[in-house]
Amino acid sequence: MKSIIAEELVKTYDKGKVRALDSLNLDVEEGTVLGILGPNGAGKTTTVRILATLLRPDSGRASVAGIDVLKNPEKVREVIGLSGQYAAVDEILTGYDNLVMFGELYHLGKKNAVIRANELLERFSLTEAAKRPIKTYSGGMRRRLDLAASLIVKPKVLFLDEPTTGLDPRGRQEMWGVIEELVKDGVTLLLTTQYLEEADQLADEIAVIDTGKVIARGTSDALKKQVGGERLEVVVESAHIAKTLEIVSSVSGVKASLDEGLRQISAPVSTGSVALFEVLKSLDDAGIHALDVGLKRPSLDDVFLSLTGHSAEAKEESK
Amino acid sequence: MSALRDTAIITQRQLRLLTRVPEVLIFSTIQPVMFVLLFRYVFGGSISTGQPGGYVQLLMPGIFVQTVAFTLAGTASGLAEDMKKGLIDRFRSLPISQSALVVGRTLGDSLLNIVVLAVMGIAGYAVGWRPSTGLGNVALGFLFLLLFGYALSWVGVLVGLSASDARVVQNVSFIVTFPLTFLSNAFAPTTGMPRALQYFAEWNPVSTMVAACRQLFGVENQFGATAGSFPSEHPLTTSLIYMVIIMVIFIPLSLRRYRNSLN
Repeated sequence: MKSIIAEELVKTYDKGKVRALDSLNLDVEEGTVLGILGPNGAGKTTTVRILATLLRPDSGRASVAGIDVLKNPEKVREVIGLSGQYAAVDEILTGYDNLVMFGELYHLGKKNAVIRANELLERFSLTEAAKRPIKTYSGGMRRRLDLAASLIVKPKVLFLDEPTTGLDPRGRQEMWGVIEELVKDGVTLLLTTQYLEEADQLADEIAVIDTGKVIARGTSDALKKQVGGERLEVVVESAHIAKTLEIVSSVSGVKASLDEGLRQISAPVSTGSVALFEVLKSLDDAGIHALDVGLKRPSLDDVFLSLTGHSAEAKEESK
Repeated sequence: MSALRDTAIITQRQLRLLTRVPEVLIFSTIQPVMFVLLFRYVFGGSISTGQPGGYVQLLMPGIFVQTVAFTLAGTASGLAEDMKKGLIDRFRSLPISQSALVVGRTLGDSLLNIVVLAVMGIAGYAVGWRPSTGLGNVALGFLFLLLFGYALSWVGVLVGLSASDARVVQNVSFIVTFPLTFLSNAFAPTTGMPRALQYFAEWNPVSTMVAACRQLFGVENQFGATAGSFPSEHPLTTSLIYMVIIMVIFIPLSLRRYRNSLN
């Protein structure tokens, strides 16, 4: 069964001048994780906001857990959890106060709201910080509390809009751990991200979106396959760059590219380890010692680049 | 029923914020108390009133009204802050009454006003303010003030939801409330103003509110303009009409704005 369905969603801003969503179609199978991957301004947040009843599309249909988002938004709100780009919790209140307040707003009653708040604080390793105002929390702790707030009533469908944007690597790792735990409980999760490795790590399937449309959809492996074979990468001393470029290009059959900062020469190859061996041998013949050499499967970055013609981080304009 | 409960929870939140950040309460009271002292001792000496107790009797109603008028800014900047932090998104994604967040905020801000007015009343008493009309009328005066603050708080909701950032909200609120409080009979006689401004001051809701409070606190409204005009003859009625008009216009507008705010 599909837990989330979006059909032909269109949303424009500025009287139609900005097309945030351009006939976007999506569906997510119950109990699975769909990662929406795209750069800033691609329409990720707009999609989430429509599905979470915060925004009405200009046209199109959507349903969440079988409920029509446009006709019954208040019913949808009973079964979803939303955690946004910003930690949407009250900074001045303590973590505990926030969770109890949200619990009461979910009509759990004071007593159950307290029990649930304590459970969630425990689960997200926030018990120690429970009585401190949120403004004393680290970025990672805030996001965890925000996530906890979206789980108060065990939602059937959870929306996480860029859950790790702005976190340091450690905070991101922690957040990933928490999300992976959640997914084991069987919640249907729609996750947006601009981090390719995040989609790779957490999502069962990935929908790549750009300029308000889904431009590719599939498992991470399938998407990588779409881009094709492996890349050979060699790092050498500056003095040997020119010669190495020549060698790698001739083995690959395609002009090798150079990353000057890393002194890394790379090119796509189709013959895998045979090509690797050839390059090593030629380098050795030329008396060049490679500092690093390897074969890389394409990253989602490469996928994105080949699908959109621009890299995921390059497009940093307004949302 | 559940809408009421949701609203009560949000109002509680407002109050809890006050206990967590006592500075808000302290500064919302220090400013008006400072005004009381400054006006009392700076202008008090040079404006002769010929009434028993002098300038402070006329001044206090003016400062009370000015203070509750600033509720507009408080509500507006609080909401703008919630918007910026994404807190409103969270509230709107909950299965709660969609108006609870704004109604709760306006109520919470009014409760804050009770505390502020009480502190100001004490400060006023300390510098010689003595209402002469008995407890009932004084209480009615404070009720009027709270209601006026509540009505303006709804204007604040609209400002807070419409502005793009919190600093703009501060400025807009200031631009709206400051001229209103000074182009009035709150601190000085309107008779010294140019004709057009006098007319404006006469009908200015701040003036009618101040006149109403002066009446309820038992002091002759010497700063009012032309005798015989409707607002100066019936300040209580005029003020009530203004409050009703403000609420009838701004409550639905603000609620609609809230529902559509994030489109």
